[in-house]
Amino acid sequence: MIFVALVRRDLALALRRPGTLALPVMFFVLVAAIFPFAVGPDARLLARIAPGILWVSALLASLLPVETLVAPDAADGTLDQIVVRGIALETWVAARLVAHWLGFTVPLLVALPVAAVLLGLPGLGPLAAGLALGAPALAALALLAASVTVGVRGGGALAGLVVVPLALPVLIFGVGADDVGALKLLAASSLVLVAMTPFAAAAALRGGE
Amino acid sequence: MPAPVLAVADLAAVRGGREVFAGVGLKLAPGEALQVEGPNGAGKSTLLRVLAGVLRAAHGTIDNPFTTAFAGHDIALKPGPSLADELGHWARLDGATPAGVAAAVAAFALAPLLELPVGILSAGQRRRAALARVAASGAQLWLLDEPDAGLDAASRDLLAAAVARHRTAGGLVVAVSHTALGFDGPRLLRLNAGGGSA
Repeated sequence: MIFVALVRRDLALALRRPGTLALPVMFFVLVAAIFPFAVGPDARLLARIAPGILWVSALLASLLPVETLVAPDAADGTLDQIVVRGIALETWVAARLVAHWLGFTVPLLVALPVAAVLLGLPGLGPLAAGLALGAPALAALALLAASVTVGVRGGGALAGLVVVPLALPVLIFGVGADDVGALKLLAASSLVLVAMTPFAAAAALRGGE
Repeated sequence: MPAPVLAVADLAAVRGGREVFAGVGLKLAPGEALQVEGPNGAGKSTLLRVLAGVLRAAHGTIDNPFTTAFAGHDIALKPGPSLADELGHWARLDGATPAGVAAAVAAFALAPLLELPVGILSAGQRRRAALARVAASGAQLWLLDEPDAGLDAASRDLLAAAVARHRTAGGLVVAVSHTALGFDGPRLLRLNAGGGSA
């Protein structure tokens, strides 16, 4: 099964370099940690804005791996080898999405309690549920932006400009995740982005050739 | 029923708004090898990439009834994993048998390197690994872009022997090179600004 082989390979490559997986998460915790210094040590204020801070931190952290998601495979001929074999680029992107989602989400959720403690967030449940539901969307957006900006110098910075506006619905519904309606809309946003990304990213990769 | 052939007619490619070649035609039957020659920038690599389906042709038709393997300038092997893992990954995608992979590894004398990470291999060793991936794939048509780049004399002999075996088994080879590759009676296609045919 080609899809499974591709996912397995991506996960094996990711696990070879645990530092690459840890980097976005350390960034996530650090961004959350600097907020008390910026807005002051008012515990009630911090607890109130903590979900928003953590979501913005997660969004920024999701941008960090953009330059390593697609560009190396385009540069070293891997994508050519995929195309020669008649494997649809959509399949390749979908496999990369699954692997990236796992490699991004699992460390993020593990680090979430640490970041939440730094901000004095009372209940972790709704936020964790929201991040778990929204993480596929963040992973998909990063992969989409990486595909659109492949071959562009400074593509990572450009990718940020692509991702941030598109992430607004995810951010809005994610921050309001203690409401069931918002959770449902968050899940819907995630589904749309995950369903769209393989086709949009593959089209971008083909157009860039 | 006529035997299948690789048939290319009136092929043209455009890169960056500039026509690289035009009017290229060729026919290649099982067991035959074609060497593409021409000055730098004549579009040899582009022709190979169009044949591989990686680039779109601006004009013309390609009738390729064969399964195809491509060894381009870029090796497409990740530096971290061992050579065995890398070849194993592509063999899984190709549906190649372990015996086929082992034969290809032996054909390019890669057995002593299998446990080494690809990143520490020399350019010639990596080239051999890419050629072994082509051989292991079981594809009928081999597209080789400067397969002798970085190869020492012994490795060039291995390449010529592998190509000869492939052709005996009914395979086809299209190779780009500036030097004689040691193939047995290859057809020649010379590319220059005006295109060409074989």
